[in-house]
Amino acid sequence: MSGYWAGILTILAINVIMAYAIFLPVATGQLNLGGAGFQAVGAYGAAFLSSKYGLSVWLTIPFAMALTALVSFLIAFPLLRTKGVYLVLATFAFAEVVGGAILNSTMLGGPMGLSVPAFVEYQVPVVSALVVTVFIFYLMATRFGLVMRAAHDDDVVTDLMGVNVLGIRVAAFAIGGALAGLAGALYAHSFSFVEIQGFNASLSIYVLLYVLLGGTQTAWGPLAGAIFFTMLPEALRVALPALKGWMGLAMGIQGARTAPDESWRFVILGVLTVLMMMFRSEGLITRVMVEKLRFRRRTVPLVNVDAHA
Amino acid sequence: MMLFLQQVSNGIMLGSVYVTVAVAFTLTIGVLNFLNFTIPTLFMLAGMLAWALSAWGVPFVHAGPMPWQAALLFAIGVTVVASLFVERFTFRFLKTRYGDATEHAIPLVSSLGFLLIIENLIRIGYGTDTQRFPGPQADLSVNIGGIFLRVPQLISLVIVLGIVAGLNWVLRHSRIGRGLRAIAENPDAANILGVEANKLVPIVFMLTGLLCGLAGVLFAINYGEVSPQMGDDIGSKAIAGMVLGGLGSIWGAVIGGLAIGLTEMLTIHFFGADTVQVAVWGLLLLTLFLRPQGLFGHHSIGKGKL
Repeated sequence: MSGYWAGILTILAINVIMAYAIFLPVATGQLNLGGAGFQAVGAYGAAFLSSKYGLSVWLTIPFAMALTALVSFLIAFPLLRTKGVYLVLATFAFAEVVGGAILNSTMLGGPMGLSVPAFVEYQVPVVSALVVTVFIFYLMATRFGLVMRAAHDDDVVTDLMGVNVLGIRVAAFAIGGALAGLAGALYAHSFSFVEIQGFNASLSIYVLLYVLLGGTQTAWGPLAGAIFFTMLPEALRVALPALKGWMGLAMGIQGARTAPDESWRFVILGVLTVLMMMFRSEGLITRVMVEKLRFRRRTVPLVNVDAHA
Repeated sequence: MMLFLQQVSNGIMLGSVYVTVAVAFTLTIGVLNFLNFTIPTLFMLAGMLAWALSAWGVPFVHAGPMPWQAALLFAIGVTVVASLFVERFTFRFLKTRYGDATEHAIPLVSSLGFLLIIENLIRIGYGTDTQRFPGPQADLSVNIGGIFLRVPQLISLVIVLGIVAGLNWVLRHSRIGRGLRAIAENPDAANILGVEANKLVPIVFMLTGLLCGLAGVLFAINYGEVSPQMGDDIGSKAIAGMVLGGLGSIWGAVIGGLAIGLTEMLTIHFFGADTVQVAVWGLLLLTLFLRPQGLFGHHSIGKGKL
């Protein structure tokens, strides 16, 4: 396998894990706009142990996961006291505080970043992503997954039914945190270098959009979203030159300006976001769609269920 | 002591930019319960357009450099139009259905989409570099008792406070303001009583565009440089100021924005530039945990909806 595809697979695997990390809180009805902060905790946790104590990958990755899960667990209690817009702002602020704290820490390299001696091949992230995917599918099929859905759909009724809604939400945050830590640690070991500028507000926004565009009702959604938006730039390599000429004309540019090709990917992500929210706000893949595609005998035909519901 | 007072005055001047953007944020949250993430980009759009127009002119119509005064007005106009365009594709599609907590997030998520679109189109069109804005002399300053005050900044502060006072008056005493406050209180009841939301909501977005455009060009004049990244930092600090002052409260946003500007300058003065992020965002996080309604906010705003 060429280095090019190995690189793409690594990024894809990390994006999938990160999408699931954000999916869990969102599946309980909590928008988390602080993904970059949680990922940074995991990445720096692994990077620090690897560079300072020379520990192997098999120790640093579990440690990073545990550390991030602990941080998410502790921050979840004050965070989840806030609701709606305040929660979005609080998670956003948390990510900024983490970024600022790391930027000021001489132990963690500050603005210079940390280099990570222990390296992992692309197989490790890919296998991790597969395991995480299977785990999330399993989790959504258990009672815990059912209760998460219930808390998402109506927290008051769920509470009345005797479910500990706060407990479910904290658990979703903590598991999501562990996954974000895993994504961060894999990032650190795959690219052999971490710097805090890579874990900025844009990253949090992109990951949340992957999840929301893919759909939050089933575990298929984040997977579809992450795969689509990671592979999009590869598809764009062909379509870009034509778009570029047209844009330059429309904006009245005289003289050459260098623009990163990556920008196009984000323009398309933005356009798709706006269109999706207008026409299909529940995301690309919905529960009904998955149920219709499932090849198994049903005791009650779907049509009747819809008609009498 | 003199240096300290100088930093305080710098903080207030910086705060005046935050105030303008924070008022735009608080207006959409207070009236529409909508956290509009396109605001930082509209601010950036105004600054970058002002620069691009004064450097290149209008495409197809007026090639060649434009005088900077005309460029500023044109940039504000385009920003207002862009804001109305955003309204057409985000807020119109707020369909609240019972039984889904994240349904309320639709306009917020679309506004994140517009943030990506506008910011990256600007990057593609005008590059990612910081550009010098060819405005008036930014370091034109007066000396009051040993403290240097830059005249353009002083004028900006007066303009900003004037606009906020005017806005406050409009919201309190005019027919439009009454309609907007009715929508803020209860959209359904307002609709039944004959308030036409589809006509009033674009006014909020027009005001948002106007405030962002103004803040963007004032920033370009005062600091003499613009870049596609300039909205990120200012937008975040303005959000911090708004939350500190209380969501939905205009004077709260003014006090909050000034407080964030002061905190930033004083943190630089006492602890160095690197700790600013921790100080500002720590302050915000503490506010959210201890007093989520902020200093002057009403506790009912922003809880249920996004």
